[in-house]
Order: sequence, then C-alpha cells, then structure tokens
Amino acid sequence: MKHKSLSSRIKGAVSPVITAALGVSLLAGVAGAADKIVKIDGSSTVYPITEAVAEDFQKAKKGDVRVTVGISGTGGGFKKFCRGETDISGASRPILKKEMDACKQAGIQYIELPVAYDALTVVVNPQNTWLKQITVDELKKIWEPAAQGQIKTWNQVNPAWPNTPIKLFGPGADSGTFDYFTEAVVGKAKSSRGDYTASEDDNVLVQGVSRDKGALGYFGYAYYAENSKKLKAVPIVEKAGKPAVLPSPETVKNGTYQPLARPVFIYVNASSVAKPEVKEFVEFYLNQAPKLTKAVKYVPLPDKAYALAKSNFAKKKTGTGFGGEPEVGVSVEELLQREGKH
Amino acid sequence: MQQSVAEIRRLIARHKFWDYAFAIVGMICLMVGILVLLSLFADLARTGAPRLTPAFFTSFPSRMAEEAGILSAWVGSVLVMVVTACAAVPLGVAAAIYLEEYAPKNWMTAIIEINVTNLAGVPSIVYGLLALGLFVYILGFGQSILSAGLTLALLILPVVIVATRESLRAVPGSIREAAYALGATRWQMVSDHVLPYSSAGIMTGIIMGLSRAIGETAPIITIGALTFIAFLPNSPISPEFPFVNAKWLMDPFTVMPIQMFNWTSRPEEEFQLNAAAAGVVLLAMTLAMNAVAIYLRYRIRKKIKW
Repeated sequence: MKHKSLSSRIKGAVSPVITAALGVSLLAGVAGAADKIVKIDGSSTVYPITEAVAEDFQKAKKGDVRVTVGISGTGGGFKKFCRGETDISGASRPILKKEMDACKQAGIQYIELPVAYDALTVVVNPQNTWLKQITVDELKKIWEPAAQGQIKTWNQVNPAWPNTPIKLFGPGADSGTFDYFTEAVVGKAKSSRGDYTASEDDNVLVQGVSRDKGALGYFGYAYYAENSKKLKAVPIVEKAGKPAVLPSPETVKNGTYQPLARPVFIYVNASSVAKPEVKEFVEFYLNQAPKLTKAVKYVPLPDKAYALAKSNFAKKKTGTGFGGEPEVGVSVEELLQREGKH
Repeated sequence: MQQSVAEIRRLIARHKFWDYAFAIVGMICLMVGILVLLSLFADLARTGAPRLTPAFFTSFPSRMAEEAGILSAWVGSVLVMVVTACAAVPLGVAAAIYLEEYAPKNWMTAIIEINVTNLAGVPSIVYGLLALGLFVYILGFGQSILSAGLTLALLILPVVIVATRESLRAVPGSIREAAYALGATRWQMVSDHVLPYSSAGIMTGIIMGLSRAIGETAPIITIGALTFIAFLPNSPISPEFPFVNAKWLMDPFTVMPIQMFNWTSRPEEEFQLNAAAAGVVLLAMTLAMNAVAIYLRYRIRKKIKW
C-alpha cells in the first residue's frame, strides 16, 4: 500500500497517546495532590455565599490557590466531608447524629462556623388579596401530614378566606430547607404532607407560585428578593398576641422574624486547617462574610457572632453546638459559646 | 372480470390520493421536529445574544452575571472529550473489527452482539454509578477529567461499536475475497482494504457518539464534577522537556451542561441570559461536530473507487 488510510493514520496517532497518557497520569496522580487546593462541597443554600468568597479569594491570591465548590446538598456534602474528601462542607442545617457518627468513625474532627442567616420566606401570588398575614398554626394546618388530601381550599384553613383551591409549592425532601421548615412549623423534621409540587430547583417554585392565584410556597429569602415583583411575601405571626413580621434583613437580625430565620453553616475539617491555604480561606471567609452575604441577598450575622466564630476557629474548637438534634430559634452567639459535642 | 376504464381510473386516482396524503403527513411530521428545534434555537440565541461576547469565552464563572463566563466549562468539556475519544475510538473500533471480521459465528458472539446493542440503551446515570465505583474509588482516579472522560467513553462505546460494525458490513464480500486471492492475511485485508473503505461510516459513528457525550450531565454529576471552578486545569503542553504532561488528567473540572444547569437555578434573572448563551454555544459545538462528520463522510466517499 502506498498511502495509509485515514482511519489507520488516526489510529496510529491516537493509540500511543492514550497509552502514554494513561501511564503518565498514574504517576502524576500523586504529584497533583501537592497543588494548593481548597475543596468545598455541600448545601445549595450556602453555595452562593461560598462561591462569592471563593471568587474574591482567588482574585486576591492571583490564582495561587485553587478553590473548588460543588453542590451536593447538605446531606450529600456531609457524606463526602466525613469520608475526608472535602476540606469544607456547607450546611443549611446543623450536622445530624448519624453524620456525627460517620465523621467520628472516620476520625474526622470538624469546626462548626455559622456564616449567615437565611430567612425562609412564605410567598403567595400577588393577586392573592385575602392573605395579609399567616400564623404558624395556620401554616401547620396547611403543611402537616394530616392535611394530605384533606386541606384543599383556603377557607378550610381559615373561614375568613375564600373558597379558592390551594396549590402548594416547596422544596424536595433532600433539602435542608425542607428539614428546617417542617421542624419549625410542624414540629418534627421531615414531617410534611406529600401532595405538593416539590422541586430542588427554587426557580420552579417561583414560577409555580407566580402563575397560580391560589398558590402558596416557601423557599430561601434570596429567591424572594430577586423575584419580589412576581411574588408576595407573607408576614408571619409566631404565636397569638405577637405582631405579624415580614422577612427582611432587619427583622432577621433583630430576632423578630421567628421561627423561620435560621443560621447557615460551614463545617471545616480540623486536620485541613493545618494546610495554610485552608486556614487562610476560612479567615478570609469570616472577614468578608458581612459584605458578601449582603451582596448575594443573605443576612449577615451580628458582628459579635463573627468575632466569636473567628475566635472559635483560631482556638480550633471542634464539635457541634447542637448535638445532632435540629433546634429552632437558638441565637448564634449562644450557639458559638456552647460546649462542642462530638 | 372485465373492468371498465372509468373504474381503473378511479382506482388509480384513489391510490394517487393516498400517495399524496402520505407525503403531506410525512412532511408535517418532519416539520414538527425541525420547527420545534429551530424555534428553540432561535429563542435561545435571541435571549443569549447580549452575552455572546468574546469575554464570555474568556471569563471564569462569577457571582456577577455580566462578568460570568464559560472559560472553565468549555475547556473542561474539550479536555473531557479528548480523553473520551482517545479511549472510546481504539477500543470501540478494535472490538468491532474483531466481532465482524475475526470472531467465529457461534452463540457466544451472538450473546455478545445482542448485549453490545442493548448497552447502547442503558440510561447514562447507570454508567455514572458504575464509574463512581470503578474509576473514582477502586482505581483511585478521583473526581478528575480522566474519570469523566473514561465514563463518557464507556457510554459511547456501544454507539461506536455498532456504527463501526455497520460500516464494515457495508464493504462488499468480494473485496475481502479479492484480497485473500492475492495472498493477503486477514489483518492485511482488514487494514488495507476494509478499514479504509469503511472509515467514513466509522468517523460518523465516532462523532455522533462524541456529540452525545458532550451534552451528558447525569453521569458527570454522579462522579462529582464541580459547579464552581475558577481556574483552568494544568496545561497539557509545557515549555520544558518532555513538552507534554498528563497532570491535567487528574485535575478537577466542570463542563458546559453543568455550568448551564447551575445558571438556570440561580435566583437572579440575569443568569438566565448566561444559561441561554451557554446553551447556544453547546448547541453550536454539537452541530459543528455533526457537520464535521458529514463533511468527512462526503470527502472519504468521494475517494472510494471500486
């Protein structure tokens, strides 16, 4: 044959490359680990804050340190974290008992740092004229498991409201937001009716509520803030005799927006702190948090809380302030001063 | 038995009517698919147009929609495709040649053949789970470009094998017999005659497989592609000896569909524009790959003279 065919030429060129590439990559695997890299994963609620910090941190370090941020959800993030695959895990709820056990078994110690507040916001369609405020009891009546198939119209919840079908939208059961809402409203985490439109994508919920007059939904404050023209936030009455409170940075900060304001956390692997880039990143995180949380429409913690978090981090105070149980309405300062449980 | 001319004319007219009717129905069916695709593409292009600037291709993702770009995503996609092609092409083509030209025709080969075809229909998430166990944990490649490329290679392997076999089969048996008659061995017959003649079909199959792989999200998410990456993998080319390095294979990465998905789930409306623009780029990449396949097929077919 005078000329080689196209395909054999390609094959001739490709095969040595793949063999070489595979061979060298096995050797390179160890060398690659020496790069300065901060691995972060976890909650989608904490993601926007972490992403903003990571972006600014890398700019400040001029590409010297690499930061990767994934979204596996709070639970998925803890799975990786407790296998030692990540340095930092974002969490929209405190670490749970079984995750504490998993970390303990793998010998992973962690530092729990609250980084911001999020306000779970209950929203309705702008055309909803009857709902001026809602009590936690009414929310419970709508969302508790016993309501499934029973509560179908607004007047079933409160006779003053019209006989309009009620359409419900909320996050799926894997979400930390779902865990917190059910804990705060129904009284037991993960206990909710199942016949509502569930989506992990909050934009689906925004669309759903903005298109249906009888809709009601809940999600993080940032999604309401960006879509406040299409949605109406409902003031929450914690219990009878208390005033109705709208979610806003002020009401979250002064503690009147209860029980739906919650802190969100990052968990730092205590042995990763030995790496200077991780230590530097977390310090940068806590220093920049007041500014960056506002930029991504979250509510910063009080300054005192950040100062406490910084000193906890400097002291490498490990463990969680919660003890594996979800808790509603605890102040961040108190939390940071608690004895860490392992 | 006699039929009048009028009756025959009526019969012909009726048959012609159905002939015509089917042509119309067929045309409508074709249009439904094409128009939906076109309007989708037009809508994406219209929405994404303000973001389709050079800076969009050279910027990293950012929390500011206007500054965010797809640099790490498209570089990731390209590198993953390189690994996929390097793994899937030799494996797939060699497997197909063996099955078609060498393997004895017995029940074993029959079972393998049926399974290869079935593998093409396995949901991609299953490959993702397999890869998570095999590449990420057992072989220890981690959440790297290498793992992702090999995962997608597995995914498109059946496509490549089936396409290669089809085009090998299209080569007339007389060519093989002629080669044997001149004393060629089986390998000489395959490499000098059958492969060159079928290369057009093989290339098409490979590129179809790759353009499927580039849009895959599920298996890549399963093995742990990351959402926020504001750096590039190590460069495959280095200034010092030996000029190429394989460090990039082990680097963390993100790909176009994941970047797009992340933008669509943002609260800020402006990110929807970025998602649309990324969608246009991804579609353009896929269409370009298909265009290359068509062009190559045309070029190579023209050269074949038998």
